Amino acid sequence: MNELNFEPFFLSFRLAATVTFILFLIALPLGWWLSQTKNRFKPMIEAVVSLPIVLPPSVLGFYILYALSYNSPFGSFMNEYFGIKMVFNFTGLVIASCFYSFPFMVQPLQGGFESLNKNMLEASYIAGKGKIKTLLHVALPNIKPALLTALIITFAHTVGEFGVVLMVGGSIPGETKVASVAIYEYVEVMDYKSAHIYSAIMVALSFLVLLGVYMFNQHQNRRLRVI
Amino acid sequence: MIKIDIDKKLHGSNGEMALQVNLEIKQGDFVALSGQSGSGKTTLLRILAGLEKASGEINVFGTAWLDGKKKLPPQERGIGFVFQDYALFANMTVMQNLLYVQKDETLANHLLELTQLSELKNRYPNTLSGGQQQRVSLCRALMKRPKILLMDEPLSALDPDMRTKLQHDILTLHKEFGTTTIMVSHDPSEIYRLASRVLVLEQGKITQDGTTKEVLLHTRGSQKFTFSGELLEIIKADVIYIAVVAIGQQIVEVVVDSHEVKNFTIGQKVQVSTKAFSPSLS
Repeated sequence: MNELNFEPFFLSFRLAATVTFILFLIALPLGWWLSQTKNRFKPMIEAVVSLPIVLPPSVLGFYILYALSYNSPFGSFMNEYFGIKMVFNFTGLVIASCFYSFPFMVQPLQGGFESLNKNMLEASYIAGKGKIKTLLHVALPNIKPALLTALIITFAHTVGEFGVVLMVGGSIPGETKVASVAIYEYVEVMDYKSAHIYSAIMVALSFLVLLGVYMFNQHQNRRLRVI
Repeated sequence: MIKIDIDKKLHGSNGEMALQVNLEIKQGDFVALSGQSGSGKTTLLRILAGLEKASGEINVFGTAWLDGKKKLPPQERGIGFVFQDYALFANMTVMQNLLYVQKDETLANHLLELTQLSELKNRYPNTLSGGQQQRVSLCRALMKRPKILLMDEPLSALDPDMRTKLQHDILTLHKEFGTTTIMVSHDPSEIYRLASRVLVLEQGKITQDGTTKEVLLHTRGSQKFTFSGELLEIIKADVIYIAVVAIGQQIVEVVVDSHEVKNFTIGQKVQVSTKAFSPSLS
């Protein structure tokens, strides 16, 4: 057995942090819009957003791999004009993970916004405040549990993904070999001891993160509860 | 002068219904809006606030708020709105709730003093009682020194004692600021105490419009007093009949002649009135 190498974990967390940050910026306006709109295309958009939950990661991975590769118009365009390669590197992982984890960011935010008292938002409009100010000063601070759930679940889900990452990224040490892929490889070469250690670390970290979320939510719900 | 002439289709509990309202309100007036639930009161208020679409015309002191289908957004109307469920910003303290509307600490402190809330200004809404929350909501609505104050059943979630206190506060604030006010209310005593004019809305149309006395006092001619109630039961007792009538929260018995009995059906609305001593049903 080789010396234990923690690089796959750092890579997993770097990937998860990047994806969470990017998705928050995209999902915040989208979740807010979905919660407020009566647009007739809303179910269509919701269905597209939720697709990654249902699709096998291999299907998602296959399409993303194709779309990002030199064989697709988009992939060749990005490569020719910007010199950006998007498969089998970290950039590709980030893009693929963004698709994969998108619903886990959008859904809690949208649900949180939908559960808000509409009168409270209207009170803000009547006070002369626009949609963006209302979103940032009234809506967002009042859905803290949902916000935290969205951030943590997106982060955790990205750390935990395997299929899409393997298909789009492969297993290049230091570039695309994240923790889940590393464990898979240890099992494949029958290095069960390393696989055990890596897996135990994943279980412990995931548990602690989720425990933290639920404790925070219980505390928040108590604080924000209306008498 | 506020001119309202609007038209909107509503999908109420009794099927489709047209809300058609045409009226004028004088500056500084306190108008009570009454009527059964589903008659369109809240919708009318929300149209005035710009929260709901309608077609027609709303002109407030020379500014067009609604012109055909073009509506001024709620942000630009300069109104105050008091919701039945208070709708305070849960993430802000009492003071922050007021200052969010308008950064005017002098006015905020003045309003909190008038409503005896000064001591609670650093508390969060969920630590306050319903009555206190509604007072905060009232203060918040006045922070913009609004042209119109709209109140949607502001006191209906409170107990009778708290209602009386809040009615006093509303009156104090109305005298102090002279804000033109429209309040949805079902409580005749509340309307009598606060409003100078009453509008009764039925099925989307205004059916009564007058001073509080004209609309609320039901005595006619030589009648000394009249109560509206619902006929619950008619009991035969020897040669006479006793009608049991619910008047508000009270249940009363009234003697009815045997030849009058057939004119009544259980569940109908009746008037209980008295001339000199003998109560009669009509």
